[in-house]
Amino acid sequence: MIDPIVVTGLDHAFGAGEARKQVLFGIDLTVARGSLTVLMGPSGSGKTTLISLMGCLRAVQAGSVRLLGTELKGAPHGTLEALRRRVGFIFQAHNLHDSLTARENVLMALQVHGRGDPDRHQIAVEHALSLVGLADRVDYLPARLSGGQKQRVAVARALVANPEIVFADEPTAALDKASSHTVVQLLRALGQARGTTTVMVTHDPRILDLADRVVALQDGALVA
Amino acid sequence: MIGLLTRVLGRLPIGWLQLRHNPGRLAAATAGVAFAIVLVFVQLGLSGSLEETVVRAYRLFDPDLLVVSATDSDGLGEGSRLPRSRLYQALGHPEVTAGAPLHVGRASWLTEAGDTVALAVYAVAPHHRGVFRADLEAQLEPLSMLDAALTDRRTRSLDMGRFEGASPQAPVPFELQGRQLQSVGAFSLGGDFTGDGGLLVSEQTFLRLLPGRVAEAPSHLLLRVKPGADRARVAAEVTALLGEGAATVRPMEQAMAIAADVQLRDRPMGIIFAFGVMIGITVGIVVAYQVLSTDVADHLSEYATFKAMGYTRRFFAGIVMEEALVLGVLGFIPGIVLTQLFYDALMRQANLPLFMTAERAAAVFVGTLVACSASGILALRRVDAADPADLF
Repeated sequence: MIDPIVVTGLDHAFGAGEARKQVLFGIDLTVARGSLTVLMGPSGSGKTTLISLMGCLRAVQAGSVRLLGTELKGAPHGTLEALRRRVGFIFQAHNLHDSLTARENVLMALQVHGRGDPDRHQIAVEHALSLVGLADRVDYLPARLSGGQKQRVAVARALVANPEIVFADEPTAALDKASSHTVVQLLRALGQARGTTTVMVTHDPRILDLADRVVALQDGALVA
Repeated sequence: MIGLLTRVLGRLPIGWLQLRHNPGRLAAATAGVAFAIVLVFVQLGLSGSLEETVVRAYRLFDPDLLVVSATDSDGLGEGSRLPRSRLYQALGHPEVTAGAPLHVGRASWLTEAGDTVALAVYAVAPHHRGVFRADLEAQLEPLSMLDAALTDRRTRSLDMGRFEGASPQAPVPFELQGRQLQSVGAFSLGGDFTGDGGLLVSEQTFLRLLPGRVAEAPSHLLLRVKPGADRARVAAEVTALLGEGAATVRPMEQAMAIAADVQLRDRPMGIIFAFGVMIGITVGIVVAYQVLSTDVADHLSEYATFKAMGYTRRFFAGIVMEEALVLGVLGFIPGIVLTQLFYDALMRQANLPLFMTAERAAAVFVGTLVACSASGILALRRVDAADPADLF
């Protein structure tokens, strides 16, 4: 079985000429299937750049990133879009669509795969929202949800389509202790039951104990 | 509604949901598109009215061919006058069966209030037959009486009610250009963009009313040809018969089409209306673009999230085009209602023929959707600014 994420000799820089600033230096990282990997490091250490490169949201400049067996460097746009449909993202800012209800926001993660069966979609959406404790808020617009509730909708959206990998950026920042625990346990359970791999950027020390692996970055290089 | 649209589109109708989510902006956008649609409709209506008023005067007459001056006549009220002898020359063609001279002039009617009403005066020889509209021909005989006239019941700015009962037995007197005339009947023509109505008189009355005109120089000639004859061919042959450069002979339908075309394409009023249509379309595109591009800008982070989820450019094009078409449809409904009210008001006030036709409504509706789609295509470029890498 291949590892879902294999990073080799990854360099990355922003800007050009005298304004060029390199933020990643020779990163080598392999993430095992079904694991919960936490990326840690001070602000500006390159965590966010690394996760966005692994999530094929940013073009790979030098080195190699293989995601689900596909080399991202030089991959055509269509290939990247197809890969994104196999992964889930949880952003620090929930980025829910303000004119869609919680149900509709989550449904969007299913409709990206095509029309499907509308009834099965509804069941999946309601199940995902109930897993994050929002069964009674399915038809609420984001404006009527608290910050924590919005973040839980974003978690449900990331998980509803059974992604093979979940990339999460501070997913528990807006959550209380109980909700944080629920979300991380949910990610762990998915890893064990379905083999879902999770890569998470976090500063939350409560999560470190639940992680299978903690990777530390400093000044753009792996230190642990 | 949402469920139905979801089934039709195969996805949530996000464009409609986005527009509906901001009712104030949607109302303003709808009003803007409706305004542009009214602008286009009004200009097209005026343009159509101009065309209608031009050809309406031709419909008083029913000849097969119209003889006009060779080079400078593109309308009934225009051009140099013709020698009356051309009529006799034309009647020499074996397939021309009847002919009549037509004099066209202008006269001013001074109302009791001191206002001037401009009339197009058409003078015919009442004894000529076969070149007038049938219902009108039946009324021509009384015009043989000197100073008799048929008054236009649709004349603008005058109370024409008092002429309704006018007949040869009960003529209604009125004064025109200092002459006492008698209305012996009424017909319907109506005003146009340069005059307020019409008047039908005999040649003799016409020459007394407009002393500068002479019987030997009518404005045009009306010709009837044998039934079944090829009008275009006979027109060409009569033109040749009259001599090169002497006159132009056209089938009546062609003469009407040329007159309308000249007014719409070459004369200032038609050109102004055409510009008005272009301005309306431009306003519509700008309004729709502003609304759509603002909406895209407001949802960049959500669009970036959708990109991160794997949605393609086609999906975003679908959302923006959905919004564009919704705006077009929503703007068209109040637009056509307001236009009808405007047409009615203008028809009452200016006595101009302004009608909503199915063809015009359909053309503007399709044009609205096309213009809104063009705005959508322009606004779609802004979606490219949504970068999922910025989400982390």
